[in-house]
Parts: sequence; C-alpha cells; structure tokens
Amino acid sequence: MSELKTLYKEGVWVNNPALVQLLGLCPLLAVTSTVTNALGLGLATLLVLIGSNVTVSIVRSWVPKDIRIPVFVMIIAGFVTIVQLLMNAYTFGLYQSLGIFIPLIVTNCAIIGRAEAYASKNPVHLSAFDGLMMGLGFMIVLVVLGAMRELIGQGTLFDGADLLLGPWAQSMRIEVFNFDNQFLLAILPPGAFLGLGLLIAAKNVIDAQIKSKQVTPPEAEKGPRARVTSLT
Amino acid sequence: MIISSMAKNGAILTAFALVTTGLVASINALTADKIAEQEQLQLTAQLQEVLDPKSYDNELSTDCVIFTDEKLGPYADQVIYRARKNNKPVAVVIRHVTPNGYSGDINLLTAVLSDGTIAGVRTTKHEETPGLGDKVEVKKSLWITTFNNLTVDGEDDARWAVKKDGGQFDQFTGATITPRAVVGSVKNAVLFAQTNFDDIFTAPNAECAEVKK
Repeated sequence: MSELKTLYKEGVWVNNPALVQLLGLCPLLAVTSTVTNALGLGLATLLVLIGSNVTVSIVRSWVPKDIRIPVFVMIIAGFVTIVQLLMNAYTFGLYQSLGIFIPLIVTNCAIIGRAEAYASKNPVHLSAFDGLMMGLGFMIVLVVLGAMRELIGQGTLFDGADLLLGPWAQSMRIEVFNFDNQFLLAILPPGAFLGLGLLIAAKNVIDAQIKSKQVTPPEAEKGPRARVTSLT
Repeated sequence: MIISSMAKNGAILTAFALVTTGLVASINALTADKIAEQEQLQLTAQLQEVLDPKSYDNELSTDCVIFTDEKLGPYADQVIYRARKNNKPVAVVIRHVTPNGYSGDINLLTAVLSDGTIAGVRTTKHEETPGLGDKVEVKKSLWITTFNNLTVDGEDDARWAVKKDGGQFDQFTGATITPRAVVGSVKNAVLFAQTNFDDIFTAPNAECAEVKK
C-alpha cells in the first residue's frame, strides 16, 4: 500500500516527468496551445506508458541486460504505432491536429526512462501503477499548460473538444473572454516556454513552503529510489 | 562462449521484432478500413463545403482528373473533381497549392461553376502564423467566404488583389502576405478552370485516390 502511495506521489508531484525530470518537452511545448490537444496527447502518452511499462515488466526476466534497450525501444515503438493507428481510425480530427507529435511519443524519454528505471526491476502491477501515475503527472502538466495558453491566447477553454470526445463535447467549449485579436505570445512557442517556466516556479514555491512548515525532519528514506534525473 | 551469447541475444531480439511487428501489422489490418472510411468522409465533407451537393448528381469524389499546370501551383499532379448533373458539366472542384504564403505551402480547394463564377473556396492545409495568417481557415474567420459568387475577368483583373494592392479583398491586421497568396492562387485556379473547362470534362477519369495529398 505504501509503495502505491509513494508511486502516486513520485509520478504526480515529487518526480513529475514534466516539471522535475523535464522529459518529453518537445511534445509538451508544441501541442499545448489548447486544452483539447493537450488532453489528446496526454491520453496517448498515458496509454503508451502503461502499455510499455506492463510489457517491459512481464518480459523483464527473459531479456538479457545487454539487449534490453533495443527491446524496450521496440516495445515502445510498437505501442506508439498502435496508438497512432487507433487515433487515426477513431479520432481522425484530433489525429490531424496533433499530426507529427503522435509518432514523436516514441522519442519521449519519460517512457523509456520509466521502462529502464522502474518497470524492468518491478512486478507487473506496480509497473502498471507507475505508468499510470507518471502518465497522469505528465498529462496534468500538459492540460494545465494548455488551459493557461488557450485562456490567455484566445479566451476559450475546451475549444474543439468534439475532435477528441465526439460531437456532444461541442457544448463543453467555454468562452471566457472575447478578443478581436488573439494574444499571440501565449499561442506561439515562446508562450509555452514561459508557461512551463511559471509552472515549475510555482511548484518550487509550494515545495519550499511545505518544507518550511515541517518542524521535524521527515524520517530517513529507505534507500535511494531509482530516478531518471536528479536535481543535484 | 561469446558466440553463443550473441546467438542467444540475436534470437531474443528477432523474437521481439517478430512479435511487435506482427502486433502492429494486425492492428493496421484491423484499422485500415476505418481509416480509409474516415479519409473518404473528410473528402466528402470538404467537397460539400465548397459545392452544394444538390447541384450535382454524380459521385464527385471519384470522378476526377489529374492536371499539372503552373496556375495550380508549383507541383505536378493536382486533382480536379468533376461535378455533373444528368451527365451535363456543372462545376469543377480544383485542388491547388500556393508556395507564396508566410510559412510553407497553402493548400486550397476551389469550386468553379460552368459560368466561371466561384461556388466556394476552402483552405485544406496551411502553416500560417496562428492568430494572424490562420484567418484563411473557415474555423477562424469567414474571410474565405468572400470569394463566393465572384468571378475573374481575365488575367489583368485589377479587383483580384488585397486592398493594400488596390484590389477588393481585405487583408488581415498584421498579415498581408497570406491573403495576398490565397487571392493570387484562387485567381489562377479560376482562370485555369475557365480556359480548360471543356478539356477537364473530356479527359478520361483518373485514379485520384492514389495521389491524395
């Protein structure tokens, strides 16, 4: 139970793939111009991450150490292609607006990072949960960044949600402001960098406040946890 | 010793390659029909936007020819769909490209009626600046519908330019290059349709599904 809790904390906050590990920035920065795109890519990444973590964990005892990386790459590439084909078939409009960034999930280091650092050393159910939490952490950052940029840039939320969720979702579109001209800085790539920077800063501020409130130091960690990048 | 481990690793890699490729191939086979259907649906929807489906009675998306002409853009093999009613020519729907946009090509779809007037124009693909040049998309702005019912009166029709150049079309605030490129390309496509209207309809039907862009 406590292992699940640690995984949850690690994925969503402490070792968040986007805010702490800073992995997968290419899709993160490129597609977060609207909530819908962010959610679509987030879900696709989440599915690939769970699938690859589970598969890597299942085959971990049969794969010799020397060839594990090519095997992981093959598994991940296979899952990404499957997700891409399924999105092309069932969410065609979204597939077109995400374009090249679906195949680029293969290059998202967060996925191979989790396969190597966690799934290849742990049982299936924990690996699946780790994939879910890491994917969730990534997706939350994508969606928050997408919401910030969409709101500031064009004054709406969930614009084009019907591309992802079907025609009923058209009513989800919220128009908060109405601009004659969009606020370009937020929509163009610099807005993504600024937005991500602000999110990371906000996380650090919250962390610092939590730390300052803790009078007694937390109990010592059991041992160094496998992580992909460390802050030191 | 090293030979045997190489053989073993090779065999394991091969096994994984076979399994993953097999999996991808079977998903591909399962979704191929659905993907083709989606593409067909999208094509039909695009054609409906530029040309009223009530005005013709043939299967527009399969009745097509392929032309290469500098008026249709710098690339070879542009698809032209032919609309007929009771076997009489009604309109042509032309795919054309302009390289003169602000960033990358702009792909357009223009329907021209038999009397030389425009039934509709849509942008099918572009990479213009979001918030500025992307107003050529019908989702962002109705600007592209100002072409409806217009016609081109010869090569040097002065009205076919943006207002900045003395013509009749609005440019966008902060983006003149994009509308200028679209106006020029649509003008050329209409001229092409007017001069070659009969040739387009007498040409034999082509397999356009394979040159889809």
